[in-house]
Amino acid sequence: MKNKVLKLLECNGRISFEQMAVMLDTTVEEIEAIVKKLEEEKIILKYSAVINWEKAGVEEAVAIIDVKVSPQREVGFDAIAQRIYRFPEVRSVSLISGEYDLSVSIEGKSMKEVAMFVAQKLATIDHVLSTRTHFILKRYKMAGVIFEDEEVDRREVITP
Amino acid sequence: MTFHPEDFINPLVRDLPPSGIRKFFDLVSEMKDVISLGVGEPDFISPWHVREACVYSLEKGYTMYTSNFGLPELRYEIAKYLDQRFGVPYNDQKEIIVTVGASEAVDMALRTICGPGDEVIIPEPCYVSYKPCVRLTGAEPVAVPTYFKDEFKLTPEILESYITPKTKAIVLSYPNNPTGAVLTREELAAISKVIIKYNLVVVSDEIYGELTYEGTHTCIAGLPEMRDRTILISGMSKAFAMTGWRIGYVAAHEDFIKNMVKIHQYTMLCAPIMGQKAAIEAFRSCHHEVSRMVEEYDQRRRIVYKRMKDMGLEVFKPQGAFYIFPSVKNTGLSSEEFAQKLLKEEKVAVVPGNAFADCGEGFIRCSYATSVKQLIQAMDRMERFLSKQFSS
Ligand SMILES: Cc1ncc(COP(=O)(O)O)c(C=O)c1O
Repeated sequence: MKNKVLKLLECNGRISFEQMAVMLDTTVEEIEAIVKKLEEEKIILKYSAVINWEKAGVEEAVAIIDVKVSPQREVGFDAIAQRIYRFPEVRSVSLISGEYDLSVSIEGKSMKEVAMFVAQKLATIDHVLSTRTHFILKRYKMAGVIFEDEEVDRREVITP
Repeated sequence: MTFHPEDFINPLVRDLPPSGIRKFFDLVSEMKDVISLGVGEPDFISPWHVREACVYSLEKGYTMYTSNFGLPELRYEIAKYLDQRFGVPYNDQKEIIVTVGASEAVDMALRTICGPGDEVIIPEPCYVSYKPCVRLTGAEPVAVPTYFKDEFKLTPEILESYITPKTKAIVLSYPNNPTGAVLTREELAAISKVIIKYNLVVVSDEIYGELTYEGTHTCIAGLPEMRDRTILISGMSKAFAMTGWRIGYVAAHEDFIKNMVKIHQYTMLCAPIMGQKAAIEAFRSCHHEVSRMVEEYDQRRRIVYKRMKDMGLEVFKPQGAFYIFPSVKNTGLSSEEFAQKLLKEEKVAVVPGNAFADCGEGFIRCSYATSVKQLIQAMDRMERFLSKQFSS
């Protein structure tokens, strides 16, 4: 039940408790208790909207930075990851497999701003060996949502 | 002498009534901003895996005929699926034909077993094609009504009362279109006793089998002494959201299959290879997608059922397919009047129950193969419509 609630919320963060109760064949009270617990346990971190900023006319520069670091004794990558993710410009940080170690996504008002941040803040952190910056030019799909979905309902209006 | 094409029409065809749905279709098509709950197919588009596999097969040049029976790999997947999913084993070489939709399989099965002088039992309300297909064989369809009080399940007592010495076969279609009724294993077992007692063949259209919401679907062919006398029909259309591909299949005793394939080879040759290639991929990699779709239908089913009950419609909770079949008798309107008025006043399209049988009069079929957002909007409109009916 817990995971079913999470699935519904992941698809639509604004769904009401009443509707979830009907869809999952349970009571509003149970749903309320489950959601409350999930929030307390920080399984649900926050509720947000998936936004097509480009369409909203807001300029943004987003880059994904591959970061190579030398892990530290005892704390491994965690300490460096923390130094990086504390910056508000940083949207996400993940440990990745392969040639590089961390994947960091950074948002700024312009490409220059992002590039400066990488050069001045990220690359200069102790144990950061090298970085590789990829600017995002166009988004096709994010958080499971296709941005320009052309899949409309083409069915006949009445069929047997 | 002037030539009148009408004079040359085979009376069997001439006397077939046109589909009751057609009239309504024309009415709805003329209107804008209608929310249609009249659609008998999934709102999901075929899984991308399936579409991509078809594109790949075209690039590879798979554009030829296949064996009359269908691609061996596909028959293998069908046999594996029927066995693992529903516990009914069939030999993929000798007991399965890939058909052009379940539609072709229904026609072929009936033509293979029936002819003039035979009677075929058809529990109603039901899918619109069974009666005409029986008529075209020259046999006589015998409509057996089912009732709201039984949640539109066929009961052994009613069945037995319609059997005559001429009865040769019965068409079973559960989960049911348009009622959403399902027969449990015990209920099927009780019916199979009657079928065995009178030595009938069963044509079982189980195209909605995967769309069973409480418990799992039982194939009647899996019950004692039923396998050899059952022609099991299903297809990709509903469970895999693949209506336009036109791929169905029939599984039955070798002696049925070897005769059915004669009709298939002379009239159809084979099912389209593009659809067959896509179906192979569907069986191999889309079970996850199927469960996701089934879960979503189930959630919509609960929403619609609750809303309808709350707005004062007499309705039972459907157990399968993606239809709900409420009674509109307490509005004082006939099925058709209700559907037309609802369409005109609130722009919601439903199908009048009498399009599926005389005993469907007083009911409407609403499909919940539509997004939750649209469904809720449709329910709001229907509620407003009903409160006007009840207050006037
Ligand atoms: C009960 C039933 N059988 C068969 C069919 C036709 O299926 P297919 O697309 O496989 O021909 C339908 C389609 O609505 C149906 O509801």
